[in-house]
Amino acid sequence: MLINDESRAPVSQKPNKLELPAEKEGIGSNVTIEINGEKVTVPFGTTILEACKNNNIHIPTLCHHDDLCIAGVCRICVVDVEGMKTLQSSCTFPITAPIKIKTTTPMVRKARRHIIDLMLSEHFGECYSCVRNNNCELQKLAKEYGVDRYNFGHIQKSKYDVDKSSFSVIRDMDKCILCKRCVRTCIDLQEVGVLEAVNRGIDTTISTFLDKPLADVVCINCGQCINRCPTGALHANDPSDKIWEAIDNPTKHVIIQTAPSPRAAICEEFGMEPGTSLTRELNTALRRIGFDKIFDTNFTADLTIMEEGTELILRLYNALVEGNAEVKVPQFTSCSPGWVKYLEHFYPEFIDNLSSAKSPQQMFGALIKTYYAKLQGIDPADIVTVAVMPCSAKKFECERPEMRDSGFKDVDYGLTTRELAQMIREAGIHLPEMPKSDFDDPFGEASGAGLIFGATGGVMEAALRSIIELVTGNKVENVFQNAKIIPVRGFEGIKYVEFPIEGVAEVPAILKPLIPDWKWLEGVTLKVAVAHGTANAKKVMENIKSGGKLSECHFIEFMGCPGGCLGGGGQPIPTNAKIREKRAEAIYAEEEGLTLRKSHENPYVNHIYANFLLDGPCGELSHKLLHTHYTKRGKFID
Amino acid sequence: MDVLEKNSITEEITGLIEQFGRDRSSLLPVLQGVQRKHQHISDFAQQEIARLLDIHPVEVYSVISFYSFLHSKPKGRNTIRLCKTIICDLLGKNEIEEALERELGIKFGETTNDKNITLEYANCLGMCDQGPALIVNERVYTKVTPQKVIEILNGIN
Repeated sequence: MLINDESRAPVSQKPNKLELPAEKEGIGSNVTIEINGEKVTVPFGTTILEACKNNNIHIPTLCHHDDLCIAGVCRICVVDVEGMKTLQSSCTFPITAPIKIKTTTPMVRKARRHIIDLMLSEHFGECYSCVRNNNCELQKLAKEYGVDRYNFGHIQKSKYDVDKSSFSVIRDMDKCILCKRCVRTCIDLQEVGVLEAVNRGIDTTISTFLDKPLADVVCINCGQCINRCPTGALHANDPSDKIWEAIDNPTKHVIIQTAPSPRAAICEEFGMEPGTSLTRELNTALRRIGFDKIFDTNFTADLTIMEEGTELILRLYNALVEGNAEVKVPQFTSCSPGWVKYLEHFYPEFIDNLSSAKSPQQMFGALIKTYYAKLQGIDPADIVTVAVMPCSAKKFECERPEMRDSGFKDVDYGLTTRELAQMIREAGIHLPEMPKSDFDDPFGEASGAGLIFGATGGVMEAALRSIIELVTGNKVENVFQNAKIIPVRGFEGIKYVEFPIEGVAEVPAILKPLIPDWKWLEGVTLKVAVAHGTANAKKVMENIKSGGKLSECHFIEFMGCPGGCLGGGGQPIPTNAKIREKRAEAIYAEEEGLTLRKSHENPYVNHIYANFLLDGPCGELSHKLLHTHYTKRGKFID
Repeated sequence: MDVLEKNSITEEITGLIEQFGRDRSSLLPVLQGVQRKHQHISDFAQQEIARLLDIHPVEVYSVISFYSFLHSKPKGRNTIRLCKTIICDLLGKNEIEEALERELGIKFGETTNDKNITLEYANCLGMCDQGPALIVNERVYTKVTPQKVIEILNGIN
């Protein structure tokens, strides 16, 4: 009777939901239960937790997370079910009979209090020196249940070393409460499978394969586990002290670039409802903090579209017209460093399908330390570049040895949304009240195409807008209403879309040296796909491997995190489907208000091709600065 | 570990999986099979099992770390596990303990130099009425006396 869900989680960990009756009103499709003496009618098979939530009765949870399968391990959600000998965990209890539930009996309160006390007895450290202070679910519960002393004592000595091996994710098992949310995130949500509970009973810890440091296993640094950790056991590798140092050093020219997703989500860190972009307020705040220049990552997102789009066209031309078997199609996007590392580990044989274009963050770093430094007459050694990203994997990406094409470390620090919010707070700034201001020249304006990189399907939409216009000569607005390519938007796991190309135009001047004409694209149906979250990426890869429908695609966008960048591992906590939807709305709303909405129309991009990258997209200089190569990592650990 | 050794382990695991089915629920019998033959499940074997069952290596490691009869580090060819629970304790576990340590010249938790025997404790073997009890590999010995220890040890080759 269990719902057939596709995740590989063992049956015991799947949502404990009974198959709901097909009819909503028929006999047996609803059950009338009593919660705290009040009669409510709920659909057959609803869990007690859901029933209570829908009827505004608060039940504390800890191991339960909206994005994850049910575990029932923390027991904090226990309730009293009449006739049952013991208390029942409400998250795992499907309602199939007219039961009577009590949620606040003395026994329930005592049990919950004991559970909290027991967790605190093993929870090393003090709240005020914790990265999750004021945003910790354990702390919140302790307050909710009035913990004013440690009934079962409090651990005085640290039991574990903090694992600081990874550039992105830091694990402090002293703060772990064994809710296994990270395990379920890693195994079920992302299907990467780095973390599991090892040992037994009181010795249980969450660990990696052979207890190796995180940097030595197949972790892709996506940081989804951080977003779902209820305590401070998992957090990102925070570079803000070093950034403050650079800001305070008068000889350093500190530049910050901001990505679209942090701007759409940072409001949550300041007590606002999700769904407001604070792009221009953020500019002012960053200036007040002391950054010398503020640039928009969307500018290099536009550049990415030019480079990656050109690469795609060259790939297709070489594969389809020239018949070069060494050129691999479909082309995969390479903007998401989590996805890139996932591919390097799990599908190294497909590394040649990955676009060689760097991610926007890295392109910007390379440009700042070459083009910008020359333009402004600043020694690149004195420039410190910081990137505000929704992502913990970006921290790893900027440390990659191949990301030093400018002769220096292209991007010095990757800063997550949460860490930036902390810096802003530390500077005594309340972000939502800031006046608005613009980005700095010479990379001033960016297009809406770059902005929507923040949501899943965004890279594809941006690329399609340019490809459609450059190839067919038709305005995108004539094909899609208001240039919104709806089929690639939305949170469906894998989206597959076909675009027939009817009628071709002249090859634009910028691409003329590379491609003689568009005739070979006449009548071709462009097939593209979009996947977000590595679990979906895995499905796509398996489909391609087995020669399925997706192997015929020309271009596939992959994002490592569910929802794309806006659901990234560096974004404000908590996260769930609703919050991610709101963030997407904020991004798309901001985009619709822009006049410049296509990458190839960005005058600043055209300016840089006219004045710096003289040999055009995919030319020699752009290959040196804006493209990279990848490593076949494999997943075997010696 | 050389290629030949790796290949033979892969072959062995493939055989076990054919026997028990290519499903994650076959994990335990497969692990037991490898453990029985090699007295431990090596890093390589763990990853091969994971690959062939299409699960993650860390899940295999997690299961091995959960069960005290499965090991990820090499042990002696034979394992003696002495029941350490209260009934056997009352029935003279200490004498057996001393006899084992004296005869083998090792402490509990250690392995003899010739890698033949590993000494370990076990929790209740369910032989409380016939204690003290110990288990050699998969065979249980009951009402053990120090004299019987020598017999048992002589019986292990």
